[in-house]
Amino acid sequence: MPTIVPYSHVLLLAAILFLLGAGCAVARRNLIMILIGVEVMLSAAGLAFIGAAMHWQQLDGQAFVIFIMAVAASEVAVGLALIVYSQRRSGTVDADRYDLMKG
Amino acid sequence: MSIYAVIFYVLGAVIIATTVLAITRRNVMHAIVCLALSFIATALLFYLLGAPFLAMLEVVIYAGAIMVLFLFIVMMLEIKADNRSLGTYLKQWILPLLLAVTSLLFICLLILLESGSSQPLTLTAASPLAFGRFLFKKYWLAVEITSYLLFVALVGALYLGRGDGTTGG
Repeated sequence: MPTIVPYSHVLLLAAILFLLGAGCAVARRNLIMILIGVEVMLSAAGLAFIGAAMHWQQLDGQAFVIFIMAVAASEVAVGLALIVYSQRRSGTVDADRYDLMKG
Repeated sequence: MSIYAVIFYVLGAVIIATTVLAITRRNVMHAIVCLALSFIATALLFYLLGAPFLAMLEVVIYAGAIMVLFLFIVMMLEIKADNRSLGTYLKQWILPLLLAVTSLLFICLLILLESGSSQPLTLTAASPLAFGRFLFKKYWLAVEITSYLLFVALVGALYLGRGDGTTGG
């Protein structure tokens, strides 16, 4: 049986990807870039699940990736609708410009 | 090191490089194109890790539908590139970078301490037929709930995105 890499390497790659996404969501000020960061995080979670499915030779991990994809799709649909809505209301997608309460 | 390990490391490097490119672009359009590349490489990795059906779904849903949705919204809203000075832009990255590196160190430590995952994975693949049978046998209720979630998301997006009524939205 040909072998690939240890499961720990898959986990490490998923962790790096997840932290890149989290860093993007925290650091960027553009609402669309924040949403992109969340997408990267969800994709990284899917990678970890698929590695786990292969490690334990169970299909449950792959089943959960389907649900993660459904959650990602609905999250991005609602998120982008919210962005369009707030752009209509305030004329900007920059998170630093939502300072109405400050006067 | 087997050829599959080499493929894994090369794909991993490509994914990390394109994701770093994507999250640091100041022009949102460039970021989305880089991210589509990253998702295609992730789909190849899924295929390598024994999930051909999910690899196809990753291309169709992530690299296809979600990225095109982002592109349409960016084009519709006419979002301009971040025009703050480079210093301000780099300064807002310092703290997130610090936190991410700290978390990564602890994740590395935890993975190293975990001894059960050091033997290499063996190459297997779940056929779409077996996967579909498993999904609808064991997780049929979750599939139904997921379809309901997608429906609610559709209604929510329609409600938020509707016009003010004067344009027939």
